[in-house]
Amino acid sequence: MSAPTNPVTQDSAGFVVELEQFSGPLDLLLHLIREDEVDITDLPIAKIADQFLAVISELGLNQAADYLEMAARLLRIKAQMLLPRRLGDDEWEDPRAELVRRLLEYQQIRELVEWLGAAAARRAEQFGRGYSPEPPAPPPAPLVIDLNDLLAAAERVIALIPEPVLHRVVPRPLDVEGATERIQALLAERAAFGWGDVVGARPSIVDVLSAFIALLELAKRGSLHVHQEGPFAPIEIRRESPREAD
Amino acid sequence: MNPLAKLIEAALFASARPLTVEELATLEPQAGAAAVRGALAELRDAFATGDHGVELIEIAQGWQFLTRREYAEAIDRAQFALRPRRLSPAALETLAIIAYRQPVGRLEVDEIRGVDSGAVIEKLGERGLVEIVSRGEGLGRPLLYGTTPQFLEILGLKDLDELPRLEELSVALRPPAPAEPE
Repeated sequence: MSAPTNPVTQDSAGFVVELEQFSGPLDLLLHLIREDEVDITDLPIAKIADQFLAVISELGLNQAADYLEMAARLLRIKAQMLLPRRLGDDEWEDPRAELVRRLLEYQQIRELVEWLGAAAARRAEQFGRGYSPEPPAPPPAPLVIDLNDLLAAAERVIALIPEPVLHRVVPRPLDVEGATERIQALLAERAAFGWGDVVGARPSIVDVLSAFIALLELAKRGSLHVHQEGPFAPIEIRRESPREAD
Repeated sequence: MNPLAKLIEAALFASARPLTVEELATLEPQAGAAAVRGALAELRDAFATGDHGVELIEIAQGWQFLTRREYAEAIDRAQFALRPRRLSPAALETLAIIAYRQPVGRLEVDEIRGVDSGAVIEKLGERGLVEIVSRGEGLGRPLLYGTTPQFLEILGLKDLDELPRLEELSVALRPPAPAEPE
């Protein structure tokens, strides 16, 4: 590690840093450690924690979750360090150990970053045959859509779905006999009548089917004559002429 | 110069990316890999000793003609070719972790860097520097990332063995628990 010539004063809040300067809370911590020239394996945790908090509030980084999490971790370690421990307690585990391990690991990564950066810069001094745009075509961007668009689209799709054709199991079968009786009663009463007279004002689907089957059956037997002017025209029912002659 | 060397010279001239010995061997199936290697060495020496503006470089597990360093400035100024975009520190950190720990999941990268690295990994993927190599065993079978030949190419490395060994770094740390990739 390079040793700066001018030792930094105790409260080194004077330096100006920018967010882009740090790639994360570990980077900021390492920066503070270097500034203070302290031993990474024997961190003066109270001092570092205070400086860390000062910097993140100064930079407005206290909004960033990663930095806040580190701040909380530092304060916890600081508190743990203050807890009394028995002399000669071999079981005592340094609360800083995990943080130190991570810092050392991160420091190693930073060294690799310098190496990789230098290698890339060196490679950039040479050009290959022909310039081809380096990135392969990126995959299509993930769909950006808000909730309202999504719901509207869903509604459009749902509207296109035809009403499902359901087979309804009716508790009673078609009442063809009942309808036959009703029609025969009407035949006895009147020589001619309309479909409406057979099924009534608000027939259910079962009534309609029953009446229609009865009607066809009676027509087949020759008891009546069914006549319709054209498609969808009112159906007329008349007593079959021979009967009339009776 | 032997005919195979000239054929290889032509092929390398035509290609915009490094070609491996295996790829070059398909030019002349009877020749075999050893002959290709011999021809490549002859070609490299010819360009190194002769007065040439380009040199033959072993890179990204293959071979490629590159312009000599001393001409970088002039070519760049004339804008005949573009230098690749520089990688940000965050991108380099992430690349370093993936290069040394591959195959590695995002969580491990996050943990070492101390920040969320999802977006950085995605960008590196778009630039073709890392790719998904497998899925982990853990919860949710996380995606595991590794580096690509393109990674070696932008760093001018022959292969991953050319990366500095961790023991060589001033902060010596044991490599992670998993066995050495073999």
